[in-house]
Amino acid sequence: MNQVVKAATVSGSDMANPLRSEVRQLYKNLLFLGREYPKGADYFSERLKSAFMKNKDVTDPKEIRKLVDRGEFVIKELEALYYLRKYRAMKKRYYEEELSTMLNIG
Amino acid sequence: MSRVLVGVKRVIDYAVKIRVKPDHSGVVTDGVKHSMNPFCEIAVEEAVKLKEKKLIKEVVAVSCGPTQVTETIRTALAMGCDRGIHVEVSGKDYEAMGPLQISKIFAALAKKEEASLIILGKQAIDDDCNQTGQMTAALLDWPQGTFASEVTIDGEKVKVVREIDGGLETIKISMPAVLTADLRLNTPRYATLPNIMKAKKKKIANMKPADLGVDMVSRVEVLRVDEPPTRLAGVKVETVDDLVAKLRANGTI
Repeated sequence: MNQVVKAATVSGSDMANPLRSEVRQLYKNLLFLGREYPKGADYFSERLKSAFMKNKDVTDPKEIRKLVDRGEFVIKELEALYYLRKYRAMKKRYYEEELSTMLNIG
Repeated sequence: MSRVLVGVKRVIDYAVKIRVKPDHSGVVTDGVKHSMNPFCEIAVEEAVKLKEKKLIKEVVAVSCGPTQVTETIRTALAMGCDRGIHVEVSGKDYEAMGPLQISKIFAALAKKEEASLIILGKQAIDDDCNQTGQMTAALLDWPQGTFASEVTIDGEKVKVVREIDGGLETIKISMPAVLTADLRLNTPRYATLPNIMKAKKKKIANMKPADLGVDMVSRVEVLRVDEPPTRLAGVKVETVDDLVAKLRANGTI
């Protein structure tokens, strides 16, 4: 993980340093979230690492900001995914399917 | 203003494929992913929401079991509960623990903590008892709003919309009361890593059932656990007459 964080730092530039801790926290948060990923935590962490490494040479703080915001968006998407999966599983197990739902109408 | 107790149960994660132990004494739990019971998550969310609306003052998360249940309490704290209580139960007592023992513990805690509301999940996805809330209310002689899909506090009363067969029922009950959460009550927030870190400062008190004067003796004994029978393949018939003949031969008609 240190590789990833180092890569997000611009040498000698002060502007990137507060971003560095944001990038680090984003990575940790995503990694934590990835433990519940349907295809497995390993699958997720591999792809997470390569996604961050792909952008390791980005130096423009505005660009980094955009990427961090995209990361935050992914967090929201994952939370929604997890919620829907759980909700649908509970609904299927505990509630009788109404005919209209089964036919996908109404 | 009031204090709410929320019960959270550590269960095998809903997405895990359950396997029965070779000796049929139970299901395999060692090394299996556990998490907070989904209906308990909904209960926690409702309590935290009430606190955010400033209708109640403090939310206390309670769980009964061995050391591992503190993880579940930590999740509840990360979702916004103020403090936790870990009622330590382990070994044979934990294996035999059921709604009766839990409801006795909650009844004792409700009195000790002077709670105005107890919010529980309607049932746990491992035992599917759907009894703890009801038993707790009975032991305390408190009104109950079970299968709640909507909760509104109105002064000293609670309006509860309940999901029942064939529709919805609206009741008004006085506090203190016991509520059990149904699926559509709310959308639980996710316990993110930053929230879990912040929650580490919150306290979890430790106690034993004996401290509350509760005896854990179970009146229920599990004799055997089996997998559900595998579904047999269906049989196709050509005509209606064939169908009738088959049903007759089967003894169905």
